[in-house]
Amino acid sequence: MPTASLNIDQLLDTLETEIRQHMGARKLDNPLMIGIHSGGAWIAKTLHQRLAIAEPLGLLDITFYRDDFSQIGMHPNVKSSQLPRHLEGRNIILVDDVFYTGRTIRAALNEIFDYGRPNQVLLAVLIERNGRQIPIQPDCRGARIDLPEGQRIKLTGPEPLGIDVQTIPCAA
Amino acid sequence: MSRHIQLTEHGKLKHFLTIEGLDKALLTEILVTAESFAGVSEHQVKKVPLLRGKTIVNLFFENSTRTRTTFELAATRLSADVLSMNIATSATSKGESLLDTIHNLEAMHVDMFVVRHAISGAAHFIAQHTAPHISVINAGDGQHAHPTQAMLDMFTIRQYKKQFEGLKIAIVGDILHSRVARSQILALNTLGVSEVRVIAPKTLLPAHVKNMGVIPLYDMAEGLSDVDVVIMLRLQKERMNSAFLPSESEFFRCYGLTEAKLALAKSDAIVMHPGPINRGVEIASSVADGPQSVILQQVSNGIAVRMAIMTMTLGHQGGTS
Repeated sequence: MPTASLNIDQLLDTLETEIRQHMGARKLDNPLMIGIHSGGAWIAKTLHQRLAIAEPLGLLDITFYRDDFSQIGMHPNVKSSQLPRHLEGRNIILVDDVFYTGRTIRAALNEIFDYGRPNQVLLAVLIERNGRQIPIQPDCRGARIDLPEGQRIKLTGPEPLGIDVQTIPCAA
Repeated sequence: MSRHIQLTEHGKLKHFLTIEGLDKALLTEILVTAESFAGVSEHQVKKVPLLRGKTIVNLFFENSTRTRTTFELAATRLSADVLSMNIATSATSKGESLLDTIHNLEAMHVDMFVVRHAISGAAHFIAQHTAPHISVINAGDGQHAHPTQAMLDMFTIRQYKKQFEGLKIAIVGDILHSRVARSQILALNTLGVSEVRVIAPKTLLPAHVKNMGVIPLYDMAEGLSDVDVVIMLRLQKERMNSAFLPSESEFFRCYGLTEAKLALAKSDAIVMHPGPINRGVEIASSVADGPQSVILQQVSNGIAVRMAIMTMTLGHQGGTS
Protein backbone atom coordinates (compact mmCIF):
# COMPACT_ATOMS: atom_id res chain seq x y z
CA MET A 1 0.00 0.00 0.00
CA PRO A 2 1.46 3.43 -0.88
CA THR A 3 2.06 5.58 2.19
CA ALA A 4 0.18 8.56 0.74
CA SER A 5 -3.09 6.63 0.92
CA LEU A 6 -2.79 5.68 4.57
CA ASN A 7 -5.86 6.85 6.42
CA ILE A 8 -5.91 6.42 10.20
CA ASP A 9 -9.64 5.71 10.48
CA GLN A 10 -9.55 3.11 7.71
CA LEU A 11 -6.50 1.46 9.30
CA LEU A 12 -8.26 1.35 12.65
CA ASP A 13 -11.40 -0.13 11.02
CA THR A 14 -9.36 -2.89 9.38
CA LEU A 15 -7.42 -3.57 12.57
CA GLU A 16 -10.58 -3.71 14.66
CA THR A 17 -12.16 -6.20 12.25
CA GLU A 18 -9.07 -8.41 12.30
CA ILE A 19 -8.91 -8.35 16.10
CA ARG A 20 -12.59 -9.33 16.37
CA GLN A 21 -11.99 -12.26 14.00
CA HIS A 22 -8.98 -13.46 15.97
CA MET A 23 -10.72 -13.03 19.32
CA GLY A 24 -13.51 -15.30 18.11
CA ALA A 25 -11.23 -17.86 16.50
CA ARG A 26 -8.84 -18.05 19.45
CA LYS A 27 -11.55 -17.75 22.13
CA LEU A 28 -9.94 -14.74 23.74
CA ASP A 29 -12.42 -14.29 26.57
CA ASN A 30 -12.14 -11.48 29.09
CA PRO A 31 -9.13 -9.94 27.35
CA LEU A 32 -6.68 -7.45 28.80
CA MET A 33 -5.51 -4.86 26.27
CA ILE A 34 -1.98 -3.49 26.68
CA GLY A 35 -0.58 -0.60 24.63
CA ILE A 36 3.14 -0.02 24.20
CA HIS A 37 4.22 3.51 25.09
CA SER A 38 3.69 5.90 23.37
CA GLY A 39 2.19 5.34 19.89
CA GLY A 40 0.90 1.88 20.76
CA ALA A 41 -0.86 3.30 23.79
CA TRP A 42 -2.67 5.88 21.64
CA ILE A 43 -3.90 3.19 19.24
CA ALA A 44 -4.81 0.90 22.13
CA LYS A 45 -6.90 3.64 23.74
CA THR A 46 -9.04 3.90 20.60
CA LEU A 47 -9.32 0.14 20.13
CA HIS A 48 -10.15 -0.33 23.82
CA GLN A 49 -13.18 1.93 23.35
CA ARG A 50 -14.21 0.41 20.03
CA LEU A 51 -14.08 -3.13 21.42
CA ALA A 52 -15.76 -2.05 24.69
CA ILE A 53 -13.25 -3.92 26.83
CA ALA A 54 -14.29 -3.70 30.48
CA GLU A 55 -10.93 -3.91 32.19
CA PRO A 56 -8.82 -0.72 32.22
CA LEU A 57 -6.19 -0.41 29.52
CA GLY A 58 -2.68 -1.54 30.48
CA LEU A 59 0.39 0.46 29.49
CA LEU A 60 3.88 -0.83 28.86
CA ASP A 61 7.14 1.09 28.69
CA ILE A 62 9.80 -1.28 27.41
CA THR A 63 12.81 0.93 28.21
CA PHE A 64 14.15 -1.44 30.87
CA TYR A 65 13.92 -4.35 28.43
CA ARG A 66 15.50 -2.84 25.34
CA ASP A 67 18.37 -4.76 23.77
CA ASP A 68 20.29 -1.63 22.72
CA PHE A 69 20.98 -0.25 26.22
CA SER A 70 24.71 -0.85 25.91
CA GLN A 71 24.76 1.11 22.62
CA ILE A 72 22.54 4.08 23.43
CA GLY A 73 22.36 4.14 27.23
CA MET A 74 19.39 4.89 29.40
CA HIS A 75 16.42 6.68 27.89
CA PRO A 76 15.72 9.49 30.33
CA ASN A 77 11.94 9.75 30.13
CA VAL A 78 10.75 6.35 31.26
CA LYS A 79 7.03 6.08 31.85
CA SER A 80 5.97 3.55 34.43
CA SER A 81 4.32 0.46 33.06
CA GLN A 82 0.76 0.22 34.34
CA LEU A 83 -0.30 -3.39 34.41
CA PRO A 84 -2.34 -5.55 36.78
CA ARG A 85 -0.08 -7.14 39.38
CA HIS A 86 -0.52 -10.60 37.91
CA LEU A 87 -0.85 -11.58 34.27
CA GLU A 88 -0.92 -15.28 35.05
CA GLY A 89 -3.39 -17.07 32.76
CA ARG A 90 -4.65 -13.87 31.12
CA ASN A 91 -5.63 -13.38 27.48
CA ILE A 92 -3.69 -10.35 26.31
CA ILE A 93 -4.11 -8.14 23.26
CA LEU A 94 -0.78 -6.37 22.82
CA VAL A 95 -0.98 -3.21 20.70
CA ASP A 96 1.72 -1.19 18.97
CA ASP A 97 1.65 1.48 16.30
CA VAL A 98 4.35 0.32 13.86
CA PHE A 99 5.86 -3.14 13.60
CA TYR A 100 9.35 -2.95 12.12
CA THR A 101 12.28 -5.08 13.33
CA GLY A 102 10.34 -7.01 15.99
CA ARG A 103 12.72 -6.00 18.77
CA THR A 104 10.20 -3.83 20.60
CA ILE A 105 7.76 -6.74 20.73
CA ARG A 106 10.45 -9.10 22.00
CA ALA A 107 11.19 -6.62 24.81
CA ALA A 108 7.46 -6.20 25.54
CA LEU A 109 6.90 -9.96 25.73
CA ASN A 110 9.82 -10.32 28.12
CA GLU A 111 8.35 -7.68 30.39
CA ILE A 112 4.86 -9.21 30.23
CA PHE A 113 6.25 -12.61 31.19
CA ASP A 114 7.93 -11.04 34.22
CA TYR A 115 4.44 -10.30 35.51
CA GLY A 116 3.30 -13.89 35.09
CA ARG A 117 2.55 -16.51 32.42
CA PRO A 118 -0.29 -15.35 30.18
CA ASN A 119 -2.63 -17.84 28.53
CA GLN A 120 -2.46 -16.17 25.08
CA VAL A 121 -0.97 -13.02 23.60
CA LEU A 122 -2.42 -11.54 20.42
CA LEU A 123 -0.26 -8.94 18.68
CA ALA A 124 -2.14 -6.13 16.91
CA VAL A 125 -0.34 -3.32 15.09
CA LEU A 126 -1.64 -0.40 13.08
CA ILE A 127 1.05 -0.74 10.40
CA GLU A 128 3.43 -3.57 9.59
CA ARG A 129 6.41 -2.43 7.54
CA ASN A 130 9.25 -4.41 5.98
CA GLY A 131 12.51 -4.90 7.88
CA ARG A 132 11.74 -7.69 10.33
CA GLN A 133 14.92 -8.93 12.02
CA ILE A 134 13.71 -11.62 14.41
CA PRO A 135 11.07 -14.36 14.12
CA ILE A 136 8.17 -12.43 15.61
CA GLN A 137 5.25 -11.10 13.59
CA PRO A 138 1.86 -9.50 14.18
CA ASP A 139 -1.41 -11.46 14.23
CA CYS A 140 -3.49 -8.45 13.12
CA ARG A 141 -2.55 -5.30 11.26
CA GLY A 142 -4.30 -2.27 9.78
CA ALA A 143 -2.03 -2.33 6.71
CA ARG A 144 1.23 -3.76 5.45
CA ILE A 145 3.62 -1.40 3.64
CA ASP A 146 7.06 -1.47 2.08
CA LEU A 147 9.43 1.43 2.71
CA PRO A 148 12.90 1.94 1.27
CA GLU A 149 15.74 1.41 3.70
CA GLY A 150 16.53 4.66 5.47
CA GLN A 151 12.92 5.72 5.76
CA ARG A 152 10.85 5.31 8.83
CA ILE A 153 7.19 5.66 9.55
CA LYS A 154 6.01 7.21 12.75
CA LEU A 155 2.67 7.80 14.37
CA THR A 156 2.08 11.34 15.58
CA GLY A 157 -0.48 12.21 18.24
CA PRO A 158 -2.27 11.68 20.48
CA GLU A 159 -4.74 14.30 19.17
CA PRO A 160 -5.15 14.11 16.27
CA LEU A 161 -3.48 10.87 15.27
CA GLY A 162 -1.40 11.17 12.11
CA ILE A 163 1.19 9.27 10.14
CA ASP A 164 4.55 10.75 9.32
CA VAL A 165 7.12 9.23 6.94
CA GLN A 166 10.64 10.49 7.54
CA THR A 167 13.97 9.92 5.85
CA ILE A 168 16.60 9.21 8.50
CA PRO A 169 19.73 11.27 7.85
CA CYS A 170 22.90 9.20 7.27
CA ALA A 171 20.97 5.97 7.53
CA ALA A 172 22.96 2.87 6.64
CA MET B 1 37.93 18.46 38.71
CA SER B 2 35.09 16.38 40.09
CA ARG B 3 32.76 17.61 37.40
CA HIS B 4 35.30 16.76 34.77
CA ILE B 5 35.89 13.23 35.95
CA GLN B 6 32.23 12.42 36.72
CA LEU B 7 30.82 13.33 33.33
CA THR B 8 31.41 12.13 29.79
CA GLU B 9 32.17 14.58 27.00
CA HIS B 10 28.42 14.55 26.27
CA GLY B 11 27.63 15.61 29.85
CA LYS B 12 26.31 12.19 30.87
CA LEU B 13 27.10 10.61 34.21
CA LYS B 14 30.10 8.29 34.06
CA HIS B 15 31.08 8.09 37.74
CA PHE B 16 29.06 9.19 40.75
CA LEU B 17 31.52 10.51 43.33
CA THR B 18 30.04 13.69 44.73
CA ILE B 19 27.08 16.04 44.25
CA GLU B 20 29.56 18.87 43.68
CA GLY B 21 29.64 20.00 40.07
CA LEU B 22 26.36 18.28 39.10
CA ASP B 23 23.61 20.62 37.98
CA LYS B 24 19.92 20.68 38.80
CA ALA B 25 18.96 19.04 35.51
CA LEU B 26 21.18 16.04 36.14
CA LEU B 27 20.07 15.60 39.75
CA THR B 28 16.46 15.82 38.59
CA GLU B 29 17.15 13.22 35.88
CA ILE B 30 18.40 10.85 38.60
CA LEU B 31 15.22 11.40 40.63
CA VAL B 32 12.94 10.92 37.62
CA THR B 33 14.77 7.77 36.55
CA ALA B 34 14.59 6.41 40.11
CA GLU B 35 10.85 6.98 40.10
CA SER B 36 10.43 4.56 37.23
CA PHE B 37 12.54 1.96 39.01
CA ALA B 38 10.45 2.22 42.20
CA GLY B 39 7.78 -0.05 40.71
CA VAL B 40 10.19 -2.86 39.88
CA SER B 41 10.34 -4.01 43.51
CA GLU B 42 6.59 -4.59 43.40
CA HIS B 43 6.64 -6.90 40.37
CA GLN B 44 6.21 -10.61 40.77
CA VAL B 45 9.69 -10.92 39.27
CA LYS B 46 11.64 -8.15 41.00
CA LYS B 47 14.12 -7.77 38.18
CA VAL B 48 14.68 -5.98 34.91
CA PRO B 49 17.36 -7.10 32.46
CA LEU B 50 19.10 -3.74 31.89
CA LEU B 51 22.52 -4.66 33.32
CA ARG B 52 22.53 -8.34 32.40
CA GLY B 53 26.09 -9.46 31.82
CA LYS B 54 27.61 -6.58 33.81
CA THR B 55 29.72 -7.29 36.88
CA ILE B 56 29.56 -4.92 39.82
CA VAL B 57 32.05 -5.15 42.67
CA ASN B 58 31.18 -3.75 46.08
CA LEU B 59 34.45 -2.66 47.67
CA PHE B 60 33.59 -1.89 51.27
CA PHE B 61 36.68 -0.94 53.22
CA GLU B 62 34.37 0.24 56.00
CA ASN B 63 31.54 -1.70 57.56
CA SER B 64 28.00 -1.03 56.47
CA THR B 65 24.97 -3.26 56.42
CA ARG B 66 22.23 -1.12 54.98
CA THR B 67 24.19 0.66 52.27
CA ARG B 68 25.93 -2.50 51.07
CA THR B 69 22.69 -4.48 51.09
CA THR B 70 20.76 -1.86 49.13
CA PHE B 71 23.58 -1.61 46.57
CA GLU B 72 23.54 -5.41 46.23
CA LEU B 73 19.76 -5.48 45.83
CA ALA B 74 19.85 -2.60 43.34
CA ALA B 75 22.44 -4.43 41.23
CA THR B 76 20.64 -7.78 41.34
CA ARG B 77 17.30 -6.15 40.46
CA LEU B 78 19.04 -4.80 37.36
CA SER B 79 20.24 -8.38 36.62
CA ALA B 80 23.92 -7.54 37.13
CA ASP B 81 26.29 -10.00 38.78
CA VAL B 82 27.48 -8.71 42.13
CA LEU B 83 30.59 -9.48 44.07
CA SER B 84 30.84 -8.06 47.57
CA MET B 85 34.41 -7.98 48.76
CA ASN B 86 34.99 -8.41 52.45
CA ILE B 87 38.10 -6.29 52.66
CA ALA B 88 38.91 -7.20 56.25
CA THR B 89 39.71 -10.75 55.13
CA SER B 90 41.02 -9.90 51.68
CA ALA B 91 44.44 -9.34 50.21
CA THR B 92 44.60 -5.71 51.35
CA SER B 93 45.00 -6.93 54.92
CA LYS B 94 48.00 -8.90 53.67
CA GLY B 95 49.61 -5.70 52.47
CA GLU B 96 48.34 -5.41 48.89
CA SER B 97 47.96 -1.76 47.87
CA LEU B 98 44.58 -0.30 46.92
CA LEU B 99 45.60 0.09 43.29
CA ASP B 100 46.90 -3.48 43.11
CA THR B 101 43.52 -4.68 44.37
CA ILE B 102 41.77 -2.52 41.74
CA HIS B 103 44.02 -3.68 38.89
CA ASN B 104 43.51 -7.32 39.84
CA LEU B 105 39.75 -6.87 39.76
CA GLU B 106 40.01 -5.04 36.42
CA ALA B 107 41.83 -8.08 35.06
CA MET B 108 38.70 -10.07 35.93
CA HIS B 109 36.69 -7.82 33.54
CA VAL B 110 34.44 -6.06 36.01
CA ASP B 111 32.33 -3.05 34.97
CA MET B 112 31.72 -1.07 38.15
CA PHE B 113 33.19 -0.45 41.57
CA VAL B 114 30.99 0.66 44.45
CA VAL B 115 33.44 2.02 46.98
CA ARG B 116 33.16 2.83 50.68
CA HIS B 117 36.34 3.93 52.37
CA ALA B 118 37.31 5.71 55.60
CA ILE B 119 39.62 8.07 53.71
CA SER B 120 38.12 11.11 51.98
CA GLY B 121 38.80 11.03 48.26
CA ALA B 122 39.25 7.24 47.99
CA ALA B 123 36.49 6.74 45.38
CA HIS B 124 37.80 9.70 43.39
CA PHE B 125 41.30 8.22 43.48
CA ILE B 126 40.03 4.88 42.16
CA ALA B 127 38.03 6.62 39.41
CA GLN B 128 41.18 8.45 38.29
CA HIS B 129 43.26 5.30 38.07
CA THR B 130 40.85 2.67 36.88
CA ALA B 131 40.36 1.46 33.29
CA PRO B 132 38.30 3.85 31.13
CA HIS B 133 35.31 1.53 30.71
CA ILE B 134 34.79 1.14 34.46
CA SER B 135 32.36 3.32 36.43
CA VAL B 136 32.89 4.14 40.10
CA ILE B 137 30.17 4.97 42.60
CA ASN B 138 31.06 6.54 45.92
CA ALA B 139 29.23 4.77 48.75
CA GLY B 140 30.79 7.04 51.38
CA ASP B 141 34.35 8.35 51.67
CA GLY B 142 35.68 9.60 55.00
CA GLN B 143 34.04 12.87 55.99
CA HIS B 144 33.78 13.99 52.38
CA ALA B 145 30.66 12.72 50.63
CA HIS B 146 27.89 10.13 50.55
CA PRO B 147 26.11 11.18 47.38
CA THR B 148 23.77 8.18 46.91
CA GLN B 149 22.43 8.67 50.44
CA ALA B 150 21.84 12.35 49.65
CA MET B 151 19.99 11.46 46.45
CA LEU B 152 17.73 8.93 48.18
CA ASP B 153 16.96 11.64 50.73
CA MET B 154 16.13 14.07 47.89
CA PHE B 155 13.93 11.37 46.34
CA THR B 156 12.09 10.92 49.66
CA ILE B 157 11.59 14.67 50.12
CA ARG B 158 10.25 14.97 46.57
CA GLN B 159 7.95 12.00 47.15
CA TYR B 160 6.30 13.67 50.15
CA LYS B 161 6.65 17.37 49.33
CA LYS B 162 6.38 17.20 45.50
CA GLN B 163 8.77 20.10 44.88
CA PHE B 164 11.86 21.65 46.44
CA GLU B 165 11.03 25.31 45.91
CA GLY B 166 9.66 26.93 49.05
CA LEU B 167 10.79 24.20 51.47
CA LYS B 168 12.52 24.87 54.78
CA ILE B 169 14.70 22.00 55.84
CA ALA B 170 16.61 21.45 59.09
CA ILE B 171 19.56 19.08 59.42
CA VAL B 172 20.26 18.26 63.06
CA GLY B 173 23.29 16.72 64.73
CA ASP B 174 26.94 16.09 64.02
CA ILE B 175 27.38 18.22 60.90
CA LEU B 176 31.14 18.46 61.42
CA HIS B 177 31.89 14.77 60.86
CA SER B 178 28.97 13.95 58.56
CA ARG B 179 29.62 13.13 54.91
CA VAL B 180 25.84 12.64 54.60
CA ALA B 181 25.17 16.23 55.67
CA ARG B 182 27.76 17.64 53.24
CA SER B 183 26.17 15.84 50.31
CA GLN B 184 22.64 16.70 51.44
CA ILE B 185 23.45 20.41 51.72
CA LEU B 186 24.92 20.48 48.21
CA ALA B 187 21.95 18.62 46.76
CA LEU B 188 19.32 20.70 48.57
CA ASN B 189 20.88 23.95 47.42
CA THR B 190 21.30 22.71 43.85
CA LEU B 191 17.67 21.61 43.74
CA GLY B 192 16.56 25.02 44.97
CA VAL B 193 15.06 24.65 48.45
CA SER B 194 14.35 28.01 50.11
CA GLU B 195 16.22 27.47 53.35
CA VAL B 196 18.64 24.90 54.72
CA ARG B 197 19.26 25.16 58.46
CA VAL B 198 21.83 23.18 60.37
CA ILE B 199 21.25 22.72 64.08
CA ALA B 200 24.06 21.54 66.35
CA PRO B 201 26.30 22.54 69.24
CA LYS B 202 29.16 24.76 68.05
CA THR B 203 31.63 21.93 68.58
CA LEU B 204 29.85 19.85 65.92
CA LEU B 205 29.62 22.54 63.23
CA PRO B 206 32.42 23.19 60.73
CA ALA B 207 34.26 26.50 61.18
CA HIS B 208 33.05 28.08 57.94
CA VAL B 209 29.62 26.52 57.89
CA LYS B 210 27.93 29.68 56.55
CA ASN B 211 29.93 29.32 53.33
CA MET B 212 28.08 26.07 52.69
CA GLY B 213 24.84 27.95 51.97
CA VAL B 214 23.14 27.12 55.26
CA ILE B 215 21.87 28.96 58.30
CA PRO B 216 23.58 27.67 61.46
CA LEU B 217 21.44 27.56 64.61
CA TYR B 218 22.33 26.26 68.03
CA ASP B 219 18.88 25.91 69.51
CA MET B 220 16.29 23.31 68.52
CA ALA B 221 13.25 25.45 69.32
CA GLU B 222 14.45 28.19 66.98
CA GLY B 223 15.79 25.79 64.37
CA LEU B 224 12.76 23.54 64.03
CA SER B 225 10.22 26.34 63.93
CA ASP B 226 8.06 26.08 60.82
CA VAL B 227 10.26 23.58 58.93
CA ASP B 228 8.87 21.12 56.36
CA VAL B 229 11.53 18.45 56.78
CA VAL B 230 13.67 17.43 59.77
CA ILE B 231 16.75 15.38 58.93
CA MET B 232 18.39 13.83 61.99
CA LEU B 233 21.98 12.63 61.72
CA ARG B 234 23.43 9.67 63.57
CA LEU B 235 25.62 10.65 66.48
CA GLN B 236 28.75 8.60 66.12
CA LYS B 237 29.33 7.19 69.58
CA GLU B 238 33.09 7.38 69.23
CA ARG B 239 32.74 11.17 69.34
CA MET B 240 31.43 10.88 72.89
CA ASN B 241 34.84 9.99 74.21
CA SER B 242 36.42 13.06 72.74
CA ALA B 243 36.04 16.71 73.61
CA PHE B 244 33.09 17.25 71.28
CA LEU B 245 30.26 16.35 73.64
CA PRO B 246 29.61 16.09 77.37
CA SER B 247 27.36 12.98 77.41
CA GLU B 248 24.66 11.14 75.45
CA SER B 249 21.93 12.20 77.86
CA GLU B 250 23.03 15.82 77.68
CA PHE B 251 23.00 15.66 73.88
CA PHE B 252 19.54 14.09 73.84
CA ARG B 253 18.21 16.75 76.21
CA CYS B 254 19.44 19.58 73.97
CA TYR B 255 19.38 18.13 70.44
CA GLY B 256 17.44 14.85 70.56
CA LEU B 257 14.22 14.91 68.53
CA THR B 258 11.24 14.37 70.80
CA GLU B 259 7.52 14.71 70.07
CA ALA B 260 7.49 18.05 71.92
CA LYS B 261 10.29 19.48 69.76
CA LEU B 262 8.81 18.06 66.56
CA ALA B 263 5.56 19.89 67.37
CA LEU B 264 7.42 23.14 66.58
CA ALA B 265 7.82 22.10 62.94
CA LYS B 266 4.96 22.28 60.44
CA SER B 267 2.18 19.84 61.26
CA ASP B 268 2.87 17.89 58.05
CA ALA B 269 6.66 17.90 58.50
CA ILE B 270 8.44 14.63 57.78
CA VAL B 271 11.24 13.16 59.89
CA MET B 272 14.21 11.55 58.17
CA HIS B 273 17.34 9.74 59.35
CA PRO B 274 20.02 8.01 57.26
CA GLY B 275 20.29 5.20 59.83
CA PRO B 276 21.33 3.38 61.83
CA ILE B 277 19.39 5.25 64.49
CA ASN B 278 20.50 5.62 68.10
CA ARG B 279 17.21 5.57 69.97
CA GLY B 280 17.28 7.91 72.92
CA VAL B 281 20.47 9.63 71.72
CA GLU B 282 19.49 11.69 68.70
CA ILE B 283 15.87 10.60 68.32
CA ALA B 284 13.12 9.37 70.65
CA SER B 285 11.57 6.02 69.77
CA SER B 286 8.10 7.58 69.69
CA VAL B 287 9.29 9.92 66.89
CA ALA B 288 11.33 7.32 65.00
CA ASP B 289 8.31 5.00 64.94
CA GLY B 290 5.73 7.79 64.77
CA PRO B 291 3.40 8.89 61.97
CA GLN B 292 5.73 11.63 60.66
CA SER B 293 8.73 9.31 60.35
CA VAL B 294 9.67 8.27 56.80
CA ILE B 295 12.86 6.49 57.87
CA LEU B 296 11.90 3.07 56.48
CA GLN B 297 10.62 4.64 53.28
CA GLN B 298 14.12 6.09 52.86
CA VAL B 299 15.51 2.56 52.95
CA SER B 300 13.10 1.36 50.25
CA ASN B 301 13.84 4.42 48.14
CA GLY B 302 17.55 3.71 48.46
CA ILE B 303 17.20 0.71 46.16
CA ALA B 304 15.41 2.61 43.37
CA VAL B 305 17.81 5.55 43.55
CA ARG B 306 20.86 3.27 43.40
CA MET B 307 19.33 1.40 40.46
CA ALA B 308 18.96 4.72 38.64
CA ILE B 309 22.53 5.81 39.34
CA MET B 310 23.99 2.44 38.37
CA THR B 311 22.02 2.41 35.13
CA MET B 312 22.88 5.97 34.21
CA THR B 313 26.61 5.52 34.87
CA LEU B 314 26.83 2.17 33.08
CA GLY B 315 24.84 3.54 30.15
CA HIS B 316 27.54 6.14 29.56
CA GLN B 317 29.30 4.38 26.70
CA GLY B 318 26.87 5.54 24.05
CA GLY B 319 26.16 8.97 25.46
CA THR B 320 23.85 9.87 22.61
CA SER B 321 20.43 9.15 24.05
